Order: sequence, then C-alpha cells, then structure tokens
Amino acid sequence: MTTTQEAKSRGAALLDGIKASSWSSRLAVAIVAALVVLLLIQAVQDPGQFVSQLLIGITNGAIIALIALGYTLVYGIVELINFAHGDNFMIGSFVGVTVLSGTFLGLGFFAPIDAGSGAGIKIVGVILALIVAMIACGLINVGIERIAYKPLRNSPRLAVLITAIGMSFILQNLGLVWKGPSQISFPGLISDANIFAGITDAVAYRWKDLFVILVTVPLLIGLSYFIRGTRQGKAMRAVAQDKEAAAMMGINVNRTISVAFLLGGILAGASGVMFGLFNGTTVFDLGFRQGLYAFTAAVLGGIGNLTGAVVGGILIGIIGAMNDQYIGVRWTDVVIFTVLILVLVFRPRGLLGDRSAVQGGGGE
Amino acid sequence: MALLEVENMHSFYGHIHALRGISLTVEEGEVVTLIGSNGAGKTTTLRSIHGILPPREGRVVFRGEEIQGIPAHHMIKRGIAQSPEGRKIFHRMTVTENLEMGAYHRNDRKEIQEDMVRVYDLFPRLKERVKQEAGTMSGGEQQMLAIGRSLMSRPKLLLLDEPSMGLAPVLVERIFQVIEEVNKQGTTILLVEQNANVALEIATRGYVLETGVIVNAAPAEKLRQDPKVREAYLGEI
Repeated sequence: MTTTQEAKSRGAALLDGIKASSWSSRLAVAIVAALVVLLLIQAVQDPGQFVSQLLIGITNGAIIALIALGYTLVYGIVELINFAHGDNFMIGSFVGVTVLSGTFLGLGFFAPIDAGSGAGIKIVGVILALIVAMIACGLINVGIERIAYKPLRNSPRLAVLITAIGMSFILQNLGLVWKGPSQISFPGLISDANIFAGITDAVAYRWKDLFVILVTVPLLIGLSYFIRGTRQGKAMRAVAQDKEAAAMMGINVNRTISVAFLLGGILAGASGVMFGLFNGTTVFDLGFRQGLYAFTAAVLGGIGNLTGAVVGGILIGIIGAMNDQYIGVRWTDVVIFTVLILVLVFRPRGLLGDRSAVQGGGGE
Repeated sequence: MALLEVENMHSFYGHIHALRGISLTVEEGEVVTLIGSNGAGKTTTLRSIHGILPPREGRVVFRGEEIQGIPAHHMIKRGIAQSPEGRKIFHRMTVTENLEMGAYHRNDRKEIQEDMVRVYDLFPRLKERVKQEAGTMSGGEQQMLAIGRSLMSRPKLLLLDEPSMGLAPVLVERIFQVIEEVNKQGTTILLVEQNANVALEIATRGYVLETGVIVNAAPAEKLRQDPKVREAYLGEI
C-alpha cells in the first residue's frame, strides 16, 4: 500500500471513530482542545510567564511524583492502595523540620539550622534532614506493612483497604499530637533568588526549584537502576508477577514485599523534606491533600507502572501550575480531577497502562 | 534411605481437610507418579511437600532431614524444584529471563550458562524464542519453559504437576521423552498426571489417590494391569 492510501485509510478510520463516539466524549475532546488552544495563546503572548509556570509545574510535579512512586510500587507488588502513604510523607516533613531544629524529645543536639547559618552548615543540614527523613519513613512504611497489612494478606480486599485508611488516620493523629494543629514553618535554607536574575527577568526559576530537581533526578535514576539492574529488583519483578512461582525460585516473598515498602517510604521521606524546604511550611493534615494528588498521579499514569507515576506526577504539577496562573487557584482541584476522569474514561488503565514491564504484571 | 519420605501428612485449605494422612516414598533415581481424578489431592500433595501449603500434621523427610514447616523459598537450595500446575511462568519476562529466575539462588554464572544450553538442547523450540515475552507464547511452549525453568536449579527432586495439561498428543510425547531423559541424567521425579496412561509408561512406581487418601500403591507395571485402575483411570472397561 502506498503512503497516500495509508493516510487516506487512516483518515477514514479516524472519521469512523468520530462517528462511533458518543456526544459526551466529543464534548470532552472539544473542551480539552479549547483549553490547549487557550494555553497556547497565552504562551505566545507572554512566553516568559508561560515558561516560568511550566518550570514551577515541573517542580511541584517532581514532589508529587516521588510520593506517587510509593503508591505504585506497593500496588504493583501487593495490589494494595496504601492510603497511609500520604501521611507517611507528612511525617517525613515533620522529621525533616525536627532535624533542622536540632532538638528532639527535649534534648538539644545542635543549634537550630536556619536562614542565618553558614552555607556549609545549611548544606549539611539539608542533607542530614533528607537522610534521616528517608530512613525514618522507610522504616515506618515497613513497620506499617508488617503490623497492619501482612497479617491480612489473604483476607478480603476490603479488610485491607479499611486497615489502610485506618493507618492513615493513625499517622495523621500522631502528627497532630507531635506538632500540634497549626502550620509548622520550615527554615528558609534555600535561596528564593532567581537563577536567571542577571540574564533575564522574564523567566523565574529559583534555586529552590533547582534543588527539588537535583534531589529528584538522582533518586529516580537510583530507583530505576535498582529495579532493572539488581538481584533484589529482579526478585521484585518476579514477586509482582507471581508470588508462588517466585517462592519456588528461592525468593523470600515477604522480604521482597518489605523492600517495596521500604523504597516507597524512602521516596516519601525525601519528598516530605523537599516539600517543606520548597514551600516553607508543613501541617499535620498535609498528607491527605498531597497524598490524594499523588494517588491521582499514579492512577493517571497507570497504577503499578513506575514511569507512569513520574509522568502522572509531572503532568498534575504542570496542570496545577497552569491553572493557578491562567484560570484561578480555586479551580485547580476541579481541573485536575476532571482531567483524571477524562483520562480514565478513554484509557481506563491510565496513560501508560498499568503494570509496565519495569514492574512486571501477570495474573491476567 | 529413601530420597523423600512422607509420613501421615495432613493438609487443609481453610477448614477443608484436603489431605487425610498421605504416606509415600520416593527412592533416588526413580520416577514416581501420583494418579487420581480431579480434586483427589494430587496437586495439594506436591504443594504440601514443597512447603507452599505447609502440612498441618505429619512428617516430610528429604535426604534425611525433616522439612515440613520450612518455608517454600528454602526448598530450592535443598534440591527441590517444581514445574507447577498452570505453569506459573513469569509472563512479562523473556524466555531467557525466566530461565535465569530458575537459577536465581545460584551465583556460578558459567555453570548457569551451561545449564541454559542444556535446557535449549532439550527444548529447541525455546531457543528460537529466547527474547520473546513468555506470556505471548503458546501453551506447549509455556509448559516447556516451566519444565526448563525448574531444571535450571539442578534439582535432586523434581516435582512435575500435570506436564501434559492441554497439550497436543505430539507435544505430550515430546515432553515425556524429555522427562525420561532428565531422569536418566540423574534427577529423581515425582510426577502428578491426569493422563495416567503416559505417566505409568515412564514411571517406576505409582500411587493412586482418592479424596485425599492413598488407595493403592504398586509398581507401575502392576498398576497398569490392575482392573480397577484400568477402569477408572486408563479409560478401559
């Protein structure tokens, strides 16, 4: 067949597709198309602002993506939505702010690290906060699995689901007891100044934004290497596909599941500290909202699919940032969840499909 | 001393008493087959020996050590491998990756490569599909892969669950040829089969299972001539 014929038949197929589609889906496509056009007009009118919003979106998206990975890792391996994950992220931000305060359980370990500290101390403080929060959240996640989910592994799904929601409330209330109901402010350790200040004022990209990317990218590379390149990663793929067969191969299934929870917790801890340093504040019920965004991101990208979680997270970050700028903050949640519903109507398994080759699937 | 000795093994699925005191032995170098109808407990017996469904009562002695209650993932190092019911291959992995998983507990790369060559010699069809995702292969090819994967650990005892399930007669013949060959190379085999005809042809001894109890045990030749067995499992009147 020649290319023109091919193009023709493809056009015909598209036409058939449109004829077969329902009015609601046509309307949905029209709305999305209109929004994209509006966005493009804005981009042409003020490219600087557009790029700035895009960059902010990517930064917010990176924070969401790290949490989303925790949902998707755990779902990919035990088919459980770990609703406590968002609250674990909140605990991560609390751990981070506690480390930076230098005081824990009434004991002062070192002077608080804040905006006035020297550059070296700031860097050490940020790294220390990240590491401690990552370890703490990783262990908390493993503990939650051992205590609350493992004994229920063979019970009906609903039982585990309710337990997960219960764990979410428990963590949230522990946060409330620990730091109280009001907003906790993070010290401003990372500069708000625009990186491009000397070059152009049109694009705003702060050191803070760069910091988030500089932490996120190595974590993503590390995770990807772990899953694809290591023995433990291979074991994870095998367990995700068939637990019984994996056990027959000599893989300790329980330990492998713990590792998945550990990895998810580590990423949530890093994300929590980054969120605090980036936004300058945290609060005990932070996990609900951010967790919901992250869960949405995981579903949007295809739950169980690691790349999907990152794509979904960044997409939600960008949609949120664009909406904040061009439509209005009040509409942001409406728009984000509308996009989610639209995507799921047309692609029920998410943008990239659930359970990618990275995670492994099976059992269909 | 027998390679495997099972004594008065009882297993349960929840409240269902699936195995009611199974006792059997497998000597080194033998092919022993378990025959019986659907739901008699053949698969459950293999799962219980393997530790996937730990028996609630009784003893399983393998190479002189009691292994009941030891988790399934320790069995491969002790020398037990299984090609399970329903094949349970890793659908999203390639043929090579599946075989590598069979040798997951080993670190001797060179020997693993040799074993892989051996599996490809036994099943040339798999060699043509090394890079193919296992889930996209035909049932027969998946069965070959499941058996090949179980051989990758160089097991002392190979548990084979329904290797002929759903296969064309030509393939059944081929797979049983391979099983005989593997046995000649020194692997002891405990074979569960619905197709009693073929199973009793290659087996040294056989056990007949009915609703969780062993009702008959004899050399394969004798079972083939037993009128009751012929009627119930060999399709003769």
